Amino acid sequence: MKKMTYREAARSALRQALAGDPRVFLMGEDVGRYGGAFAVSHGLLAEFGPERVRDTPLSENTFVGAGIGAALGGLRPIVEVMTVNFSLLSLDQVVNNAATLRHMSGGQLSVPLVVRMATGAGRQLAAQHSHSLEGWYAHVPGITVVAPGTADDARALLLAALREPDPVFVFEHAALYPMEGEVDDTAGPGEIGRAAVRRVGTDLSVITYGGSLPKALAAADLLAAEGITAEVVDLRTLRPLDTATILASVARTHRALVVDEGWRTGSLAAEVSARIMEGGFYDLDGPVQRLCSAEVPMPYARHMEDAALPQPATIAAAARAMLRRDG
Amino acid sequence: MSASIDRDHGLGLLRQMVLIRRFEEKAAELYTVGKIRGFLHLYIGEEAVAVGTMQALTPEDNVVATYREHGQALARGMEAGSVMAEMYGKAGGCSRGRGGSMHLFDVSRRFYGGHAIVGGGLPVAVGLALADAMRGRPAVTACFFGDGAVAEGAFAESLNLAALWRLPVLFLCENNLYAMGTALERHQAQTDVVRKAEAAGVPGEAVDGMDVLAVEAAARRAAEAVRGGQGPRLLEARTYRFRAHSMYDPDLYRAGDEIEAWKTRDPVVLFTAVLRGQGVLGETDLAAMETSVAAEVDAAVAEAEAGPWEPVEDLLKDVYTAPVDR
Repeated sequence: MKKMTYREAARSALRQALAGDPRVFLMGEDVGRYGGAFAVSHGLLAEFGPERVRDTPLSENTFVGAGIGAALGGLRPIVEVMTVNFSLLSLDQVVNNAATLRHMSGGQLSVPLVVRMATGAGRQLAAQHSHSLEGWYAHVPGITVVAPGTADDARALLLAALREPDPVFVFEHAALYPMEGEVDDTAGPGEIGRAAVRRVGTDLSVITYGGSLPKALAAADLLAAEGITAEVVDLRTLRPLDTATILASVARTHRALVVDEGWRTGSLAAEVSARIMEGGFYDLDGPVQRLCSAEVPMPYARHMEDAALPQPATIAAAARAMLRRDG
Repeated sequence: MSASIDRDHGLGLLRQMVLIRRFEEKAAELYTVGKIRGFLHLYIGEEAVAVGTMQALTPEDNVVATYREHGQALARGMEAGSVMAEMYGKAGGCSRGRGGSMHLFDVSRRFYGGHAIVGGGLPVAVGLALADAMRGRPAVTACFFGDGAVAEGAFAESLNLAALWRLPVLFLCENNLYAMGTALERHQAQTDVVRKAEAAGVPGEAVDGMDVLAVEAAARRAAEAVRGGQGPRLLEARTYRFRAHSMYDPDLYRAGDEIEAWKTRDPVVLFTAVLRGQGVLGETDLAAMETSVAAEVDAAVAEAEAGPWEPVEDLLKDVYTAPVDR
């Protein structure tokens, strides 16, 4: 195990993939000379050259579509869309091509494509650079969606994505890039479709992923000081959801709080909540609760942005309210 | 046109155009009796474009087409029976009945669809060409699209990227003058598609899309340049659809005399006259060809009628490669 940042862990996976498979290449906006908008691909151009680390024009729909075509043509493209906000310009290729081509061709085609992008808020970038739309992507059958919440997963899930025969979308939370964690950079790929219990507890399950995971763990620390033990479940894969791990946790704790940086209405949190209702209703001691982002375009001012997002204090408060121990 | 035509080649081109024509006339008939449903976009009037351009391609080349692609599929050599079965929605269809008329696929012939979002095939074609370039495969990717697609951002983006990276894409614009019901001059300030391509750094040429030999010659020139590593080329085939946009379209936006004027330039009739004029098409040849095409279309319909439906238990099959519950 080594200490490295989430950013370095993702880079380590990219380097390993590029070195290990001549079919793999990286393309996207500023991945080469600039070194990546979040410096994830820093140094890879020098190491692997411009054929395999390709700077693209600002043409999200076309370079994502070209990734699909290159995958059909026998390569293993990794496409970096700078952020989820810009990925809206490529949704046609994602929803109408990447997700459909296998089924629509009667199983003749497969699209082994990996698309990475930064997601999330927390850096005072206001309403057009702060989206958490991974829940939208998870709506679409035909694609797989992962959202690493630890440095180790930033590496392991990216390597796992590259082994999938079908398109995988990797949502890296922008606020996590500088976060340090223990990473085993000799381990093999992670397992897609498997959630992880990050902290064991008995009083309630806090179910979350990505950028909200460190916040949920911090909230669990706050609660522990008050004698409340929260179990923290990290979804890691948003499609397919690991329903079994969610339900097993709820069966132990009998209370579920879903924390999701997406907007509440029509959210991934709503899907998790529905699955608990369908499969774990009789295990519950109270209604499932959701803590999501406020339903506003993200404001710029720091205090307003903080108020719009789930925070350790608000997660802890929601947990106390569920346990009726908040006075 | 004065050069004499090889008899086999000439008859081959004519037969392909006649097959597309008769196949689609039958499809329209089957649509009216409910055997074919969904959208059905007929290619009648535009046959010379698919047949002419396909002559420039080898089996190693890739084809990306639109939702008006029966002609391209048949000209690429896909079996009429598998295409008809697809339109019936049968399991023996070229896409197992999952795609229908708009989504014909045949990987064995490198026929990559069948794309029904206007402009949606262009980025995919660029990617196929990128893969070939990176893998050192000397192949051309032929990408069909209509005049409506030039209004899409994907057109400008894809031509730019293909030119920037000198990728082997042959962009084939089938300009039938209407984006569904909107005439080209009603949606584009610059109506010259070749000039648009040249602005993106893609050399282009326009050709009479009703003249199969002219289309073939222009496609060979363009494909040769692409194959020779000169980067992408665009060919604009100026053509016309004789039928409405789809079976739902009452065709209220085109003047009757405009349609009739174009019908005097019917590519099948024109090429039949050329072959007759050159003494290549004998008196009995055409009747024999019609008989053989009718038999092929009848056999396709029989195959589609007799074929089984995909079991409904297979509904979720091939959403992903692995049979998982996601």
